[in-house]
Amino acid sequence: MARPDCILGGIMNLEKVIFGFFILLAATLNFGFFIGDIARAELHSVYELAAALFVSLIATALKFGDRTQIGAIHLSTSLVADLQLIAAAVTWGIAEHVTGVGMTAHVTSSVVSLSGGALFANIVSVIILIVETVMLRR
Amino acid sequence: MNSAFFLVLRRMRAPIIVLIVIYAISVVGLTLVPGVDAEGRMTAPLSFFHAFYFISYTATTIGFGEIPAAFSDAQRLWVTVCIYLTVVGWSYSVVTLIALLQDKGFQNTLTANRFTRRVRQIKQDFYLICGCGETGSLIARTFDQIGQAFVVIERDELRVEELDLLDFKTDTPAFAADARQPDNLQLAGLMHPKCRGVLAITNDEQANLAIAIAVRLLNPDIPVIARAEQGSIAANMASFGTDFIINPYERFADRLALAVSSPERFRLIELLTSLPESPIPETLRPPRGHWILCGYGRFGHAVAERLRGTGITLTIIDPSAPDANREIAGDGTEASTLRQAGIEHATGIVAGSRNDINNLSVAITASEIKPDLFVVARQNHAANSALFTAFDADFTVLPSRIIAQECIAILTAPLLARFLDHVSQLAESHCEQLVKRLQEASGGLTPVIWDIRLNAAEAPATWQALMHDRKIRLGEILTDGADRDSRLPAVPLLIERGRDYVLLPADDFRLEAGDQLLFASALSTQRKLELTLKNANELDYVLSGQENSGSLLGKLLKAKSQH
Repeated sequence: MARPDCILGGIMNLEKVIFGFFILLAATLNFGFFIGDIARAELHSVYELAAALFVSLIATALKFGDRTQIGAIHLSTSLVADLQLIAAAVTWGIAEHVTGVGMTAHVTSSVVSLSGGALFANIVSVIILIVETVMLRR
Repeated sequence: MNSAFFLVLRRMRAPIIVLIVIYAISVVGLTLVPGVDAEGRMTAPLSFFHAFYFISYTATTIGFGEIPAAFSDAQRLWVTVCIYLTVVGWSYSVVTLIALLQDKGFQNTLTANRFTRRVRQIKQDFYLICGCGETGSLIARTFDQIGQAFVVIERDELRVEELDLLDFKTDTPAFAADARQPDNLQLAGLMHPKCRGVLAITNDEQANLAIAIAVRLLNPDIPVIARAEQGSIAANMASFGTDFIINPYERFADRLALAVSSPERFRLIELLTSLPESPIPETLRPPRGHWILCGYGRFGHAVAERLRGTGITLTIIDPSAPDANREIAGDGTEASTLRQAGIEHATGIVAGSRNDINNLSVAITASEIKPDLFVVARQNHAANSALFTAFDADFTVLPSRIIAQECIAILTAPLLARFLDHVSQLAESHCEQLVKRLQEASGGLTPVIWDIRLNAAEAPATWQALMHDRKIRLGEILTDGADRDSRLPAVPLLIERGRDYVLLPADDFRLEAGDQLLFASALSTQRKLELTLKNANELDYVLSGQENSGSLLGKLLKAKSQH
């Protein structure tokens, strides 16, 4: 078990707390958007997608300039999540405003499956975070 | 990867996050505030797409107006908040970026990166010059003149900037860093496969020692030339096998003694080891007899020891040295002191203290008392050149120049050292003839001493011809490729074949593949002769007098005309 001073004292690192928070928040928001019937637009809120995207972008920016090995892997996984979410948002915007087909079952399933891909990247990030934490405990 | 890139990312982290948050708040807010249509009825808020579009052009202060439709008052209220938020966000980013670009640490990183890249890209053999003071600049200029690549590492940033202004023909990477640190030496290409040698010629003896050790340990295959004025440092350097240790004072004292004992040989060595393409030094004939030596430090000791060896008697003036002639008061700058030291019957004087102004004062006072005195003046700083030139002593000692000459002589032609060994066996009359030949060959300036090996890499055409059993005599390759009736004014000094050496080979000397030739000539003659030895067509013309383009068509036509 971790001693109390480990959590509150020297080992606790504010940067790690903030980063862990954003990684986990990105994963949970994305999961919230992703869950539900893949083809039904009314089960997937655009605000949840927007929140997932913004939080994911922040998580990426937090890893900028980190030259450690694990930092680099974090950066790459969250870049993957960003790309997937941006692709989902662009698909949505094009369907609504450019082609005008609206959120048909086909478009909705593309958007949701793209966010599903991002969710996978988010889960990888969370796993790396857990592994890193466990290794720190010795 | 590029460390500057990571530094930018790291510093820009906070502004980027602030921007993302501000965009998120503005865009999401705009998708929540209801709009209004032309009749004043409430409509749905903007979609994410339109909201992001609007915020993007508003935040960057482009401001297209209210698109796609006129806004409701509620939307205008929120947009007012957004405008201030985003302006703050962008200003923060831009200010951080500008601060980063002006940051000293960041600029150093950029410079170091650029320098490392340039060093890595060097394709030709190069030398690493550590310390670019007076000596380093002289060497750099000479290297540039003879087309030798080099890399400079110097502690003083200002000196490095001055170096950039010197307008070198070649692209010279220079870096402001402490050469005592092995990391910096590695950055400057110590381990580079093309690094041919290191010159440790800073003003700081300890630094030179540190550089010599670092090179010996990190890259033992390349030679180190180190400057050392103290005996203990020189002994230390020699203990771990430093290849060349240059002590300018001893080197000068040797020369002075040689000039006294055998002036013609001295003149020959002077001509061969002076900086290439510089004015020919005046003929010096230091007289024997009684000399006065002012200043008895390391320089004074070296000079005294060598001069006594030639039979000269000395009166030594130095109030601070316990082993000088103690009965003489003063440091030689006053006439009374010099008279006391016996200037009336002296033939020469050496003004050799560490102080340039005192040295000049001694020299001027002495030549006023006795105008025909042979005056040797020691100049410590190149900055005082104007004064020393104006006074025009018989012999001016400039340590930085001595070191530079020595380095150039060692590096540009390794065979020269071998030749100089043999010079000590030449008779005075022989030396005099050789000096005349050299002066005629190089046209009023000091000659360039260079060597070339007749192998596939350095002289491919000649090598091939020799391998095909063609008989080439030394005199034949010295024909001018532009005008076959005239002869290139180059003096062949030495030919090395295996372990044998042929001193001053004659024109009918038969060349063989693998010979190494040492020449003295003007720079332009060197270029011509190198072309002859490297280019098959040129060599053909020089040897046979027949023009041959080497092309297939040329060969066919020639074959036809012979039928």
